[in-house]
Amino acid sequence: MNLQLDFPAVLERWPSFLAGAALTLELAFFATVLGALLGTLAAVGRGTRNSLIAGACKVYVETIRNTPLLVQIFLVYFGLASLGLKYSAFTVAVAALTINVGAYTAEIMRAGFEAIPRGQIEAAEGLALSRLQIYWHIILLPAIEKVYPALTSQFVLLMLASSVCSQISAEELTAVANYIQSDTYRAFETYIIVAVLYVILSLVMRAGFWSLGLVLFPRRRRLGTPL
Amino acid sequence: MQQNLSSTEPIVSLHNVQKSFGPLRVLDGVSFTVARGEVLALIGRSGSGKSTALRCIDRFEKVDGGEIVVCGHRVDRPDVDLRALRQDVGIVFQSYNLFPHLTIEQNITLAPCAVKGMAASQAKDLARKVLAQVGLEEKLHAYPEQLSGGQQQRAAIARSLAMQPKVMLFDEVTSALDPELTAEVLKVIEQLAADGMTMVMVTHEMGFAKGIADRIVFMHRGKVHETGPASILTSPTTPELTQFVGTGNLKS
Ligand SMILES: Nc1ncnc2c1ncn2[C@@H]1O[C@H](COP(=O)(O)OP(=O)(O)OP(=O)(O)O)[C@@H](O)[C@H]1O
Ligand SMILES: [Mg+2]
Repeated sequence: MNLQLDFPAVLERWPSFLAGAALTLELAFFATVLGALLGTLAAVGRGTRNSLIAGACKVYVETIRNTPLLVQIFLVYFGLASLGLKYSAFTVAVAALTINVGAYTAEIMRAGFEAIPRGQIEAAEGLALSRLQIYWHIILLPAIEKVYPALTSQFVLLMLASSVCSQISAEELTAVANYIQSDTYRAFETYIIVAVLYVILSLVMRAGFWSLGLVLFPRRRRLGTPL
Repeated sequence: MQQNLSSTEPIVSLHNVQKSFGPLRVLDGVSFTVARGEVLALIGRSGSGKSTALRCIDRFEKVDGGEIVVCGHRVDRPDVDLRALRQDVGIVFQSYNLFPHLTIEQNITLAPCAVKGMAASQAKDLARKVLAQVGLEEKLHAYPEQLSGGQQQRAAIARSLAMQPKVMLFDEVTSALDPELTAEVLKVIEQLAADGMTMVMVTHEMGFAKGIADRIVFMHRGKVHETGPASILTSPTTPELTQFVGTGNLKS
């Protein structure tokens, strides 16, 4: 065995790695925010009495959960192109990732909604709160709280999965790596660095969610109960 | 919908109310009225339809037939204004149902602010006032899980009171509590009665019902089987009520 690693040759490209990592984080950020919104709406939709809306939400969730992310990305990418619409690779990537993570968020949020005791909702109805007010004040935060670990894991997974966006030449971390390794012929070193960077990004995201949890769930902070 | 209420008109009236769950007939022609300031105790064996009758008053159950009028709202009609009805009616359940993610103060101020558009500062004053009424001023900033069962139930009563209802409904609000905590909740309800609140309460506390109720409605198999002043508990006329109060239900 003759393993010779030459990290300096690769590391001198650090500005490119950094730019790629930043773009990955940016992708993950937008897709998380938009996907959380989309998924929550889809979860609410699945629970409505309107069977048309409930059915549409179910079809969306099940279709996405049963197709590969890369295929979804190509569908959005080539779909928009064939409609004559021209968007940047970044926009397409955010759109595809949002649609993808929205479906998983919907499933998780649905479990959260179902975990709210019926009595809570009846008490709110008894106080004359409207349906919308009940969702907003009574159901939403406790539901998120119940599934917060699952949600945050899903969003971290999304960030990792965003590496397939290199396929439509969004200049995120994996795309940058592909480019650097073909340029330097130092594939192993390149991907070791990329792996380390992904770990760091994951830790950054988890720290972010942990801080967000402190803001969202003040009771946990007051009573010292961990999530 | 809301008519002007004359002071003699009943606050709650049920007339020949029918309700089935599938093949099971739970209310079979139930009628009773509750006058302003009156305390009515609904008693009866488990499954006799007490909770269902109570829930029909606040339209948590839709009736199949009959007439229900509450504070001028025709509750049996499909076009009843639910939000207006529920501003006039306060309901407290056995399981407290405080909102766990909100402090006691937030639990209380939520509905006055969101439903009535009350200013936050005014709602906070109100929260202090109703908490004082149930003897819990010091728990303003606590979370529900930091309170004992009895305290949680008193807070739930305070939350209802903050909407200034014209009538309060209680469904076995002490059944989940041990005797000591039961006593502190019953004291609060007693005080409400003394202050002239109109109340309908489902209860298993016969001694309490006897002491506080102006009228007793004894339900049996979905019907009002016997009704009258609290004295019917000591001298019942039907064999069913005789048996019901005789089986150790009458304790003081
Ligand atoms: N949502 C429902 N669906 C089907 N059956 C129901 C429902 N709610 C109540 N019932 C049934 O209706 C009957 C009357 O119930 P209800 O809760 O009114 O009795 P209750 O007098 O309050 O009894 P308890 O003292 O045990 O609380 C029971 O047989 C119960 O199983
Ligand atoms: Mg009951």
